[in-house]
Amino acid sequence: MTKDTTEIEIHLLLEALYRKYGYDFRQYSEAHIRRRLMNRLALCGLQTISEMQSRVLHDREFAAVLLQDLSITVTEMFRDAEFYRAIRQSVVPILKTYSFVKIWHAGCSTGQEAYSMAILLQEEGLYERTTMYATDFNQRALDQAREGIYANEQMKEYTANYQRSGGREAFSDYYTSNYNMAIMEASLKKNIVWAHHNLVTDSVFAEVHMIMCRNVLIYFNSDLQSKVQHLFRDSLTHGGILCLGSKESLRFSGLAEEYIELDKVQKIFKKKYPGGE
Amino acid sequence: MIYRAIVIGASAGGLHAIKTIVSALPSGFRLPIAIVQHLSPLTDNYWISMVDKLSAIAVKEADEKEKLEAGTVYIAPANYHLLVERDETLSLSIDPKVNYARPAIDTLFESAADVFRQQLVGVVLTGSNSDGALGLRRIKECGGLAVVQEPGTAEAGYMPEAAIAATQVDYILPLEKIASLFISIHQQTL
Repeated sequence: MTKDTTEIEIHLLLEALYRKYGYDFRQYSEAHIRRRLMNRLALCGLQTISEMQSRVLHDREFAAVLLQDLSITVTEMFRDAEFYRAIRQSVVPILKTYSFVKIWHAGCSTGQEAYSMAILLQEEGLYERTTMYATDFNQRALDQAREGIYANEQMKEYTANYQRSGGREAFSDYYTSNYNMAIMEASLKKNIVWAHHNLVTDSVFAEVHMIMCRNVLIYFNSDLQSKVQHLFRDSLTHGGILCLGSKESLRFSGLAEEYIELDKVQKIFKKKYPGGE
Repeated sequence: MIYRAIVIGASAGGLHAIKTIVSALPSGFRLPIAIVQHLSPLTDNYWISMVDKLSAIAVKEADEKEKLEAGTVYIAPANYHLLVERDETLSLSIDPKVNYARPAIDTLFESAADVFRQQLVGVVLTGSNSDGALGLRRIKECGGLAVVQEPGTAEAGYMPEAAIAATQVDYILPLEKIASLFISIHQQTL
């Protein structure tokens, strides 16, 4: 069977991007990569993906643009309000038994979910003893996350999400409005460590009590999902909590047996202790 | 032509339209069907189980990496795009909205057209925006079959009209005739 030409071109382009710059999208789901590359092709005035490949190799700025195209930067505060409700109910009581809490938020993008978790932990009286490592491979997104400045117009949606998630305070207390920008409160930032980490190519980041990685794995093929799930398993303490996106699962990892399901719908898991529970 | 899959897009009025078509398909119907119905991101998947109960073939919410199986209807979850991969599995994504919609019909149609080429049937049903028009055009460009619900019989005619304006449509049918078309297409594959 002859392969589709575009498919071959995409493989070669991803190979070029990896060999030249070290960013590895070769095991991402192809339909999503193809969609983003075709969008860029329509915008950049080139005729074929092969021409884009040549440009990627010779033009560092173009490569940087493509890298932004391929990374997942869609996020919002308190996305899936029910998830945060479940965290308050099922996970906070567990975290409260620890004298200090280490959380790894993998694939934090522009930081909205990290700030959401910081707000929740502050309200639950846990934030002062928490260190949150928020990581991403996209340096530009990470810089934005560290700044914690968002468009004011998004705050309406975030406020509605926050209220649905069981938030108890006035959401406007968590940011300062300045013209059309909302600046997140410094008190939310102080225990967040923003760091560059690539789930595809880097290894264990730290030993933590909780990992949050939501709506990242859906972009990976099953082999890569399994590899990253092993990385998470190796990073969690016994009894540690794993939070996935609502459509994600452990099924490609072969690790389901090593976890207890704390919330089936919200995809919250607890790593078993060596003896079982 | 032997068709291997059907994709359907619907918006306003779509729940009734989808129920009408899917519940009219017989248990031996083997073409996989993937559906995008625009819904509020807060909608749960209760309505999917209702359609499943009324239907002879299996109806379920699409899981990521799930293989398209014969005689099964896959519905995009609220707030996720649904795409078809080259190995005929399904992918979900939280990419930005397309045509103000997530899931978007164009996203499903375009990815399915890349995989099934001329062996794909695309169907645009009732709705009041133009999502699906470009996707249906792409299906036609790849040699697939384009079907649109007759705008006058749709609860909202705008979406079928936009699809008809965008491409050379093969069939414009009232809702109740669409399942019969599927059945005759299916018989050609046997």
